[in-house]
Amino acid sequence: MVDTITAMDALTHPVPAVTEDNAFFWRAAGQGRLVAQRCAACGLLRHPPAVGCPACHCLDHDVVELSGRGQVYSYALLHHPRSPRFRYPVVAVLVDLEEGVRVVSNLVDVDPADIRVGLPVEVAFEPTDDEELAVPVFRPRTGTARTGTARGGAGATDGDAR
Amino acid sequence: MSGGGLNGRTAIVGIGATEFSQAAGRSETRLATEAILAALADAGLSTADVDGLVSYTIDPVEETELVRALGIPEIGWSSRVPYGGAGSQGVLLHAAAAVASGVANVVVAYRAVRARSGARRFGAARAGGATSSHSGTTAGQWCAPFGVLTPASWMALNATRYMHTFGVSSEDLGRAVVGLRDFAATNPAARFYGRPITLDDHQASRWIAEPAIRLFDCCQETDGAVALVVTAADRARDTPAPVTIAVAAAAALAGQEVATDHYSPDLSVMTGSTALARRLFDQTGIQRGDLDLLMVYDAFTPMLFMQLEGLGFCGPGEAKDLIASGALARGGSLPANTNGGLIGEGYIHGLNLTTEAVRQLRGTAANQLDRAELALVSASRTGVILARA
Repeated sequence: MVDTITAMDALTHPVPAVTEDNAFFWRAAGQGRLVAQRCAACGLLRHPPAVGCPACHCLDHDVVELSGRGQVYSYALLHHPRSPRFRYPVVAVLVDLEEGVRVVSNLVDVDPADIRVGLPVEVAFEPTDDEELAVPVFRPRTGTARTGTARGGAGATDGDAR
Repeated sequence: MSGGGLNGRTAIVGIGATEFSQAAGRSETRLATEAILAALADAGLSTADVDGLVSYTIDPVEETELVRALGIPEIGWSSRVPYGGAGSQGVLLHAAAAVASGVANVVVAYRAVRARSGARRFGAARAGGATSSHSGTTAGQWCAPFGVLTPASWMALNATRYMHTFGVSSEDLGRAVVGLRDFAATNPAARFYGRPITLDDHQASRWIAEPAIRLFDCCQETDGAVALVVTAADRARDTPAPVTIAVAAAAALAGQEVATDHYSPDLSVMTGSTALARRLFDQTGIQRGDLDLLMVYDAFTPMLFMQLEGLGFCGPGEAKDLIASGALARGGSLPANTNGGLIGEGYIHGLNLTTEAVRQLRGTAANQLDRAELALVSASRTGVILARA
């Protein structure tokens, strides 16, 4: 059986912990944009957000839209413990974006057997319980993943061996 | 010189602990009180001698409750250390600094936890807030919406990259766990006393976070408390079994968080441990080869490997070979985690590694080494080197 995880059967994501300093990120995602802070003085791009620039100490920043293209830096198929809010295995990834920042996210529309370090990916967005907020997730960039391979997912060894 | 004013000037003179279990059946405050009374009795001191308290920022025990329950007359120093378990050895640094500076005379460092039965089960999936109760991380807010909800899942993202970079397999990790469970099997205080495993057992244990962490790679959620009593080296000579704090150090780096350092450029390398090693070794003149025992924070097996490399006990990617050589196992040239570690004995958030080092240097450990003069306890970014007094 093909253990493909698609955006369509993903559950709604829990609402992120929104703070004064991070709200712009989740709100932009709600509008279908992946963004990051850019220092208003020296131009350093940063994520996660910070209230000041670690390089020049400027406290002002712009919010710029990113290409949404990147590569899988690392990943993990999360099997246990399980929250009723997610389908398992959760495919957790670190994505290195073209612009040079890294984000924690999920990989969707992928056969777990195809997940690898270096896989080219592009951003998509999935809803949260708050309709004004969304989360950026990633899927294999078109033409880069083998799809529909008829083999068991990488999570097929999920026996309870305790 | 890092900590030059501290080195060798203080000592651990008492250790105490409750039993380690999965259901303590009493409050963390009660557990802490029991461990502290045991540690003071071990030191031959009384609560009237105590004038300092140190714990973790996320420890649930209120200092005021301890003072009331123990009848401590006056507190001159109290502090808490962030970074969760990575800060665990920082409580010794705080205690030593307070004593060496003369601000306090007798400082108790403690940790009480009901990681299994308490309101906050440590390994459970839980939603992340903006911060983590001042445990030294704000990264959970970037993980929780994606179902990355547990310490194992945070660590697995680092570990997969580490394994990819250096070609480390789950079997490589399993060999370390077999060694830890071997030590635990002969430690009556350990969760896995009498229960050694084979590499096949490890490989058959279910995935928690594939391809990095199986069930048997995980430390044990534990209920219990540990306390240590620190005083000045000259006063320690009047106590029954002192152990000298040769050096205590902490190295918190920008970008480094607890088990959630997802943003440093190269996650294959534990840079916090490299910085810690500079403070413990390069700046004190203590040689790695002088050590008889390593106690290394092993919440999950990959953390053990990455620390061994970060601390300089082998080169990058070579921990698998060091483990396979048997050097760190029973009878090896540099035994590590002789109580079974957090994976084999239990998880009092790292502080039970310190008490094992004290027992070894006193000559009273369950798996006593023939030679135990100098021991390192590392929690990746905080650490101590303890010496037989």
